[in-house]
Formats: sequence, structure tokens, C-alpha cells
Amino acid sequence: MIMGLFNDWVVVVLMMIGLYIIIAHGNLIKKIVGLTIFQTSVFIFYISMAKIDGGTAPILVDGVTQYSNPLPHVLILTAIVVGIATTAVALALIVRIKEAYGTIEEEEIQEQDSQHKDSHKLNIHNSSEINRDKKEC
Amino acid sequence: MLVHLPVLQVIVPLMAAPLCLILKRVQLVWLFTLLVSGIAFLISVLLLQQVMSSGTIIYELGGWEAPWGIEYRIDKLNAFLLLIITGISTVVLFAAQTSIEKEISQDKHTVFYVLYLLSLTGMLGIVATGDAFNVFVFLEISSLSAYALIALGKDRRALWAAYQYLIMGTIGATFILIGIGLMYQMTGTLNMEDLSQRLPEVAQTRTVFTAYAFVIVGICLKLAMFPLHLWLPNAYAYAPSIVTAFFAATATKVAIYLLIRFTFSVFGLSFSFTTLPLQIIFMALGMLGIFVASTTAIYQTNVKHLFAYSSIAQIGYMIVGFSISSVAGLTATLLHLFNHALMKSALFLALGAVMYRIGSVQLSQFQGLGRQMPLTMAAIVIGGLSLIGVPLTVGFVSKWYLLMALIENGWWPLAVLVLLGSLLAIVYVWRIVEMAYFKPSLATHANVKEAPISFLIPIWILVFANIYFGIDTRLGVQVAQAASESLFAVSVSDITIIEDSL
Amino acid sequence: MKRGELIESLINIVLLSLLVGIAIAIVCMKDLFAVVMLAGIYGLISASFFVVMDAVDVAFTEASVGAGISTLLMLVVITMTGRTEHPTRHKPLLAIFVVVVTGGLLIYGTFDMPYLGAIDAPIHTHVAPRYINESMQEVGVPNIVTAVLASYRAFDTFGEVVVIFTAGIGVLALLSVVRRRDEDSVIDSINDSMHEQHLILRIVSKMMIPFIMLFALYVQFHGDYGPGGGFQAGVIFASAIILYVLLFGLSTARKVINQTLIQLIAAFGVLFYGCVGLVSLLNGGNFFDYNVLSSDPIAGQHLGILLIEWGVGCTVASVMIIIFFNFAGRKEFQQRNGNLIDNISKKNKGI
Repeated sequence: MIMGLFNDWVVVVLMMIGLYIIIAHGNLIKKIVGLTIFQTSVFIFYISMAKIDGGTAPILVDGVTQYSNPLPHVLILTAIVVGIATTAVALALIVRIKEAYGTIEEEEIQEQDSQHKDSHKLNIHNSSEINRDKKEC
Repeated sequence: MLVHLPVLQVIVPLMAAPLCLILKRVQLVWLFTLLVSGIAFLISVLLLQQVMSSGTIIYELGGWEAPWGIEYRIDKLNAFLLLIITGISTVVLFAAQTSIEKEISQDKHTVFYVLYLLSLTGMLGIVATGDAFNVFVFLEISSLSAYALIALGKDRRALWAAYQYLIMGTIGATFILIGIGLMYQMTGTLNMEDLSQRLPEVAQTRTVFTAYAFVIVGICLKLAMFPLHLWLPNAYAYAPSIVTAFFAATATKVAIYLLIRFTFSVFGLSFSFTTLPLQIIFMALGMLGIFVASTTAIYQTNVKHLFAYSSIAQIGYMIVGFSISSVAGLTATLLHLFNHALMKSALFLALGAVMYRIGSVQLSQFQGLGRQMPLTMAAIVIGGLSLIGVPLTVGFVSKWYLLMALIENGWWPLAVLVLLGSLLAIVYVWRIVEMAYFKPSLATHANVKEAPISFLIPIWILVFANIYFGIDTRLGVQVAQAASESLFAVSVSDITIIEDSL
Repeated sequence: MKRGELIESLINIVLLSLLVGIAIAIVCMKDLFAVVMLAGIYGLISASFFVVMDAVDVAFTEASVGAGISTLLMLVVITMTGRTEHPTRHKPLLAIFVVVVTGGLLIYGTFDMPYLGAIDAPIHTHVAPRYINESMQEVGVPNIVTAVLASYRAFDTFGEVVVIFTAGIGVLALLSVVRRRDEDSVIDSINDSMHEQHLILRIVSKMMIPFIMLFALYVQFHGDYGPGGGFQAGVIFASAIILYVLLFGLSTARKVINQTLIQLIAAFGVLFYGCVGLVSLLNGGNFFDYNVLSSDPIAGQHLGILLIEWGVGCTVASVMIIIFFNFAGRKEFQQRNGNLIDNISKKNKGI
């Protein structure tokens, strides 16, 4: 039983490390790294389930009858792409947050927001606006 | 061509998105987007007609039959959802060009429409598909575009809200992915129909229980169900007005749909509600959601925030209806889903108009607007009345059905609580009315005029819909009832299968 | 046979333990540069693990994405945001609670799972056997993964392409900068002076770039027979371009690669993929039914798969290029307005 479920347990451990980083760490980039670990552990879970004893990679060859299950592979190919897509958008957001707040630490951002909460003035961050400010400076 | 309607429903907006990028000219792109959304709406009307008259439509993508290929399965429930999504999307788009001119810088306009269409595609794809993994793929399309759309908001807090939404949304989606993986592991299939037949055999395993928990928690994150709602208020408040109007009316509805689909169609009623104490959990969380969110709404100084919290409260009503797990309860949920889409899109569009004219939606800035923007403010008042559930508005219809469903089960105390929740809605709507009509105008707003016609038309279309469907309840009730009855019929047949196997 | 299995499970244990070790190291590290490099190694090791698990296509993709593109993007971002993580002040009690509950639930769930490699697991007896036994007759492609992703589940793959397209547009929406003509000349001079220092690197990689592109084409066409396909090919092709940008500077690369054109190619890829579906629709089949594309169903399947893989390749390559150009372009933009952003952050801290 230990060997049979070993992969699944490791997956759970990895998943929880990822989730812990996402929730407990305040640095936005670190959170994204945590998210990557979290997602990758799900990939490992799917791929482990596709494995079959005595099987080979699912590419048809003469004389082989036992192949690992191709379907989870297909699903995870898609999931990997989804993962990188999310990472790219998240990183783009981080770059913009750094520009607008001057920090990428969760606590400092929330501090700044709570100070500005009651002001009616917009915290404008568009690039065109930045240019305009620059001229005034 | 009629046979291909299910796939065209998703493909038309999907293919239109890259086309927009090629068109480039902003005015043209807007008209094109509007046209595409209109076509999608027509398709959904045809689909609903077809489903109501001749039953579930199955469309095999790639010509491969169901468990091996992906199928689209349109029944009454998702045909109804498709209609809501495409309808709201089309109406909201009327005002889009005027609104984004003030809120989004010129060079981002084309990109805005591309993302809007992608988001629409994602939601339609989630609703139309009959394949569990396909749900995940389209969920990500709609979410990714949603993050970017929210980040287009002018306020820098939009970026932070989008980031938080991204983290929560991705955790939610990954949870759903884990759940789907566990289900797949136990049954060997991804097709929802096939799953529903193969799950009862393994229903007693711990793995399936875990799978259900993960799918549900994942969906509830997307749904912003109390207490997982923390990402929603800021995301709605700082997104561009058009985006808020569109998402408030559709995004959470899609999540509700998924909740219903997985609970009733995939896992089956007997598993979801008999073996697990879900009824109590959902009922409690729904009720808590109504009260906590409504109370928080009362103390908001930003009107967009106020209505965002009100949305979370309305989700609470839907969850309560869902947790009754009777035909009447589900009918109430579906009705409220439809009605809430009408109210919130009208309200948020009206807020968009206010934003357009005075550049802010702080409650204090609403002083005297009742005289300066009479039509817009009247729309907010009617939308607010509908939110409270005053007779002759749609809000009344769904609350009425919810009360009936509760009383049918003899749950009087809960019915009273639902009524009390509505009282809270009176308070927060009154705060706006008081500001707009009983306070003198601000000196800085001396030149504020009524919203432009491109806003007023869609707003009042939605307001009239609010009143029309409040008086002539046939369409909504008929479809909602048929949908929930068919869901229960499926679930009941599930039970007989289990009994047979025993 | 027995010995082979033993070695395999030993490798399995070693790789997984390495992954856990790296993950824990990531939790503890405060230097983001180290964290990102570790994340890259994490991706590479999980790719090796996928090879052990016989998932060669997945391994290929994970290596190019997890260890390649995502590490690269994170490094670019770190140069813009600073490389140290601040310590958090509050105690992570909530995090520990959530993690323990979720983890406990998952461990609970594992006890009824089929064991690793079990032949009679439900997933090996339902649905999948048809792919393994019939796909040669039905689709005619030796790589079953390609057969499933490009034909049986072509719609999922279409969704995947749209996801990546969405990401490209999302990054464009967030980071694109309106550029003025006169800015280029200034940057040109900076770049020229800088690159004289990297003469050897430039010449060596100049020679490598054509081979990388050639390899991309090989992967593109070889997807039917071995691991590979449009997605991997697209990433490899994009990496050739990215290498070029790294060595010759952004403004030189902008002259070679027209940004508008790249966006059009990204859109074109999605449209092309969709049009394959529309053509089968017009030929009387269902959406993505390749059998009707040609008089012979197998030939139709081959044609369909070939065409959609091209659509995938185009979109993936151009989106990767869009993403990289926009990140790098934003950095350039920040450098130009450098003082200003510093001012904003100072002002914020002052308040």
C-alpha cells in the first residue's frame, strides 16, 4: 500500500506546500511561484494515475500491447498551457502593481489602500497619466 | 445549419475575438462586437425554443460519440443560462463605446472588445458543454479575460483587485481540476452523463467524497459564496463600469449553474443531499451570506461597493433556494438567477452612466443627482425596488417563489429570515434615494446633465424587462420550472438505479 | 523485469523526494532570484518525473514551459520589481489551518484510490482502451496522445489555444506602451555600445538560431510519430526569437519583427484552427469532424491534424513573442521614466 499510494501522498505534500506559500507569503512573485508548485503537483497526480505496470509511452510500436493511458497526458498538456497563461497574466499584473504602488508586498499595498480609502480622488495609474505628470514635474 | 446551433453558440463569439484584432478600427470593432453578441443571442433564443419543444440536444464535436469525444448537451437548464448571458451581454454592449471612452485609454479599446468577447465565449462554453474537463478549459478562458478586463479599470486598486481575483480564481479552478481528476480516477470517464451513471457504483468511496468536496469548494470560490467572497467587492468596484455590469449579471450565474449541474446532474441528488450534510451547510452559509453581506452593504461609501455586497447577499438567496433541494426551491433559484441578472445589469449600467457624468460613484457625490439625472436615478430606484422585492418587479417574483418553497417544507423561521433580509435591502437602497432626492445638489455638479442616450437606451431596456417580467411571469417561471423539473427527474432516476444495484 | 521495476520505483522515489526538498527550500528562501531558479529546477525535475511515468509529450512541454518560459518571464519581472522578499509580520495561522484541512481531506481521499500502475484501475478499462486499440484505424496516427488531443478531443485543444491567445491579449492590455518614433534612436546607441562586449556570445548564438528554428519545424511535423506537436514547436520557435532579443537588444529586434504582424499571426492561428472546424461543418460533418475533409477518412484525419497543429504552432509562437516583447518593452519604458516611478513610490511611502 505504501508504494501504491506513495505518489499520491507526495502530491498532497507538494500541493499543500504550494498552497501554504500562496496564503502565507506576502510577496506577490513568491505567491506565483507557490501557485506554480500547486498546479504542478496536480499535473503529477494526473500523470501518476495514467501509469500502468509494464506499459510504455503511448506511441504505437509493433509488438507492444501495454501502453500507459494517453488521456491524462492530453489533459495535462492542456493544463500546463493554462498554467503558463495564468502565470504570464499574473506577472504582467505584478509589474503594473509595482509601478502603481511602488512595492510588491501584500501588507504594504493594503496599508496604502486603507490610507487612501476615504479620499475621493482616484489613484490613477495609466501610463498616459504618468506621462502627463512627468511634464508637470 | 440548425443542427449545428449548439457549437455555433460558442464558436461565433470565439472566432469573432481574433477577428476584432484584425479589424483594428475602434468604432468598427464595437459595432462588430455588438453584432456578434446579437447573433449569439439569436442563436440562444432558437436553442431555447428547440429545447422546450423537442427536448435535450446533443452535439458530438469532431463526430466522436460521447465518452470518447466531447459532446455539447443543451437541456432546458443551460439553454436558459445561454439566453441570460447572451441577452445581458448584448444589451450592455450598447453602452460600451460611450462608457469606455472615459474610462479606458484610447489605445486599449480594441483589446477591450477582444477580451470581452473571449470572456463571453468562456462563459458560453462552460454552460454549453457536457464534458467535465472542457468546463475547466473554458473556465480558464473566461477567468483570464476577466482578470485582464478588471485590471483595465482606471483606479490603481483595480490592479490589486485583479491580482487577488487571479489568485482566488486560480486556486478555485485548480480545486475543480483536482476534483475532476479524482472523479476520473474512480470512473475512467470525463463525460458528465457518463459520470452520472458510473459514479453511483463508487459513491461510497472516500475518493468520490473528496472529489465532490473539491469541486464544490472550487465552484464556491468562483461563485464568491460567503465566506469565500472576499475577492468580489473590490473586483466589481474598480473594474470599468461596463465590465462590472456584464460580470455582475453573468459571471456568478455561471458559477451557480456549475454548482447545480455538478450537484444534481453529475453526482446526483441522492449522493449530494442524502449522504452528506450539505443541506444544512448550504442553508446556513446562504443565510449568513444574506445577513452579513447586506449589513456590510449598508455601511459602504462607494455605491459600486454597496451593490457588490448586495450581489453577495443575492447569491445567498440563490444558495438558500438551492439548498431546499425541491423542485420549488430550485425553481426559485433559477428565477432569481434570471431576475438578479436583470436587476444588477441595470443598476451597474446606471452607475456607469453616473461615472460617465461625474467621474465618481462615491455616495456623497450622489447629492441631488435625482434632479440632474432624473432618468438614470429613476432607473436606480426601480432597480433598487426590484432588489428589495417590491411587487410588480421581478425581484418580487423570485422572492415569492423562494418563500413558497420554504413554506412548502414547513420551514417558517427561515421564511421569516428571508423577509428580514429584504428589510436590510430597503436600508441600503434608501441611502442612495435619500442622497439623490432629498439633498441639495453639489456646487461642483452644476453642469451635470442627464446621461447620454447610448446609456439610457440599454438601461431602460433592462428596467422595462425588470417590470415586464415582474408582471408577465410566464416566460421565466415556465422555463425555470421545466428546467428544475427535468433536473429532478434525472436525479430521481439516479436513485432508482442505486436501489436496483442494491 | 522485476529488477527493472525496482529501479524504476527507486528513480520515482528519488525524483519525488527532490521535488519535496526543492519546494521546502522555496518556502524558506528570501532571495527571489534563488526562488525563481529553484522553481525552474522544480519544473525540470518534474519533467524528468514525467518521462519515468511514460508521459513523454507532457515531459517535453513541462521542460519547455516550466523550466523555460516561465522561469524566463519571472526573471524579467524580478529585474523590474526587486529581488528580496520582506518578512511577513503576522503569524501564518490561517494558512496552516487551511493547508492542514485541505491536505487532511486529500490524504483521506487517497485511501480508496487505485494503486500506482494497477492494471485494473477504472481509467484503464473504460474509455482509454478505445484510444489505444482503435486510434490507428480511426485516426491513423502512431502517437496516441496526438490522436486524442488533435482529433478525439480537438475541441479541448482549441480551447487551449484560445487560453494562450487570451493570455497574450491580457498581457498586451496590461503592459503595452504607446511608443514614439524618436525614442528608438537614443536606445539604439545604448544598445550598440553594450553589445560590443558580447561579441562571442552574439556570433555563437547567431549560428545557433537557425538550428533552433529548424528543430522547431522538426517538432512541428514530427508530432504525429513521436513526442512533439504545435505547442512545443511554437515555444521552441519563440525561444529562438527571444534569444535574438536578449543578445541584440529590443529595438533591433523590433526592426526585424513587426509587432502588429505578430499580433495578426496570433489571431490568424486561432482563426485557422477554427476554420478547419468550419470547413468540416460546411462539408456536412460535425465541427472538427476531419473525416469529411477528404474522400478518404484517414487522409482527412491526417490533413485535419496537420492543419490544426499549424494553427496551434502559429498562435503559441507569436503569443510567446508578444508576451516577451511586452515585458521587455515595459522594462525599457520604466527605465526611461525611471525617476518618475521612484518618485511615486517615495511619495506613497511618505504618506
